[in-house]
Amino acid sequence: MAGHDHDHDHDHHHEHGSELSETQLRVRALETILTEKGYVDPAALDAIIEAYETKIGPRNGAVVVAKAWTDPAYKQALLDDASKAVASLGHMSRVGDHLVAVENTPQRHNMIVCTLCSCYPWEVLGLPPVWYKSAPYRSRAVKDPRGVLADFGIDLPKETEVRVWDSTAETRFLVLPMRPAGTEGWSEERLADLVTRDSMIGAGLAKKPEELAR
Amino acid sequence: MNGVHDMGGMDGFGKVEAEPNEPPFHAPWEGRVLAMQRAMGYAGAWHIDHSRFAQEQLPPGVYLTSSYYQRWALAMEKNVLERGYVGPDEMAAGHALRPGKPLKRKLTPDVVEAGMTRSSFYRQQQGPARFKPGDRVRTRNIHPQTHTRLPRYARDKVGVVELIHGCHMYPDSVAVDRGDNPQWLYTVVFESRELWGPDADPTLKISIDAFEPYLEPA
Repeated sequence: MAGHDHDHDHDHHHEHGSELSETQLRVRALETILTEKGYVDPAALDAIIEAYETKIGPRNGAVVVAKAWTDPAYKQALLDDASKAVASLGHMSRVGDHLVAVENTPQRHNMIVCTLCSCYPWEVLGLPPVWYKSAPYRSRAVKDPRGVLADFGIDLPKETEVRVWDSTAETRFLVLPMRPAGTEGWSEERLADLVTRDSMIGAGLAKKPEELAR
Repeated sequence: MNGVHDMGGMDGFGKVEAEPNEPPFHAPWEGRVLAMQRAMGYAGAWHIDHSRFAQEQLPPGVYLTSSYYQRWALAMEKNVLERGYVGPDEMAAGHALRPGKPLKRKLTPDVVEAGMTRSSFYRQQQGPARFKPGDRVRTRNIHPQTHTRLPRYARDKVGVVELIHGCHMYPDSVAVDRGDNPQWLYTVVFESRELWGPDADPTLKISIDAFEPYLEPA
């Protein structure tokens, strides 16, 4: 699995069984060995993959954010102890002990990065997107976050404080984005549709009502 | 270690390019790698910091040109070999030639949900916390050749303690098999000019999570 073939799998993997990449073959061999030695159970591996494909994604975080937007007591609980507040909703996969929620305001925009690897709040956002794990994001987020936001089409007011949280330990951070104007009286479910994955990383903002259903 | 994984503040990697409607996995093998990593972690075969350290030790060129899950797979191969879970002869054969080593438990379909919950990193405190929110601290100027979670851009810099996260297992120790060695963990926030010099964006603040051995009073 040398570095040279890293993009090839993306183009011709599952449809063409005859064109197995070196990476694919090595991973398959590793699974065979680990299974034969009794360390892993392929059915459990299937279940893990299925969970990440179908259950554990940014909708979990969006539900949390929408609730915080409509319920001041819940919002305070989330900011006080996000692990507990998320767990109290009970309908998503359990979260670890170390979740911290940080609130965006007109005065302050929060952004999350892991410069050393790819730490990310999986329980509430699912698997991190490729860009989050990429060298451009990991290198620039701590030094030029406004430039990174510009790559996402976001231009914050010049006076807004930008606060970057580098996830260098096991604490995981969830951004509570600002609630868009014009959403008074909306249900939690409708509000959750406005909460994008990127807005909970701080690389984006929540959608405006007019951006929905386009 | 001062590897290419420690990317904060580097220039030249270009724009951040998001992929619209990105799928969870770009190929089935990526999911297998992730799931095997989870299963081996659940079994107690190694710790997450062993995985990180194994990736950091990849040759820089390999690290930079491998995809995320390729790095995971390479690190897993290294850990199963170095920790004696698989022999080089088995790796070459593509099959087990001997029974496996005993592990503390096995991830089976009935316990997958428990297996996917992150374990707690809290550990029993060994003494009182040395710092409290509001304290000024200077990060140490350390350059260990082994795993550390103090990024280069934030060494020998003055910041302010903002949060205390309790006592956690210490990655610098765990990664080299020297035990949990629990340490207090803090969020320390820096002014941009402290990290990036007088031309830095004055509206920017950056924080890291720093273990107590990384810090001294300032």
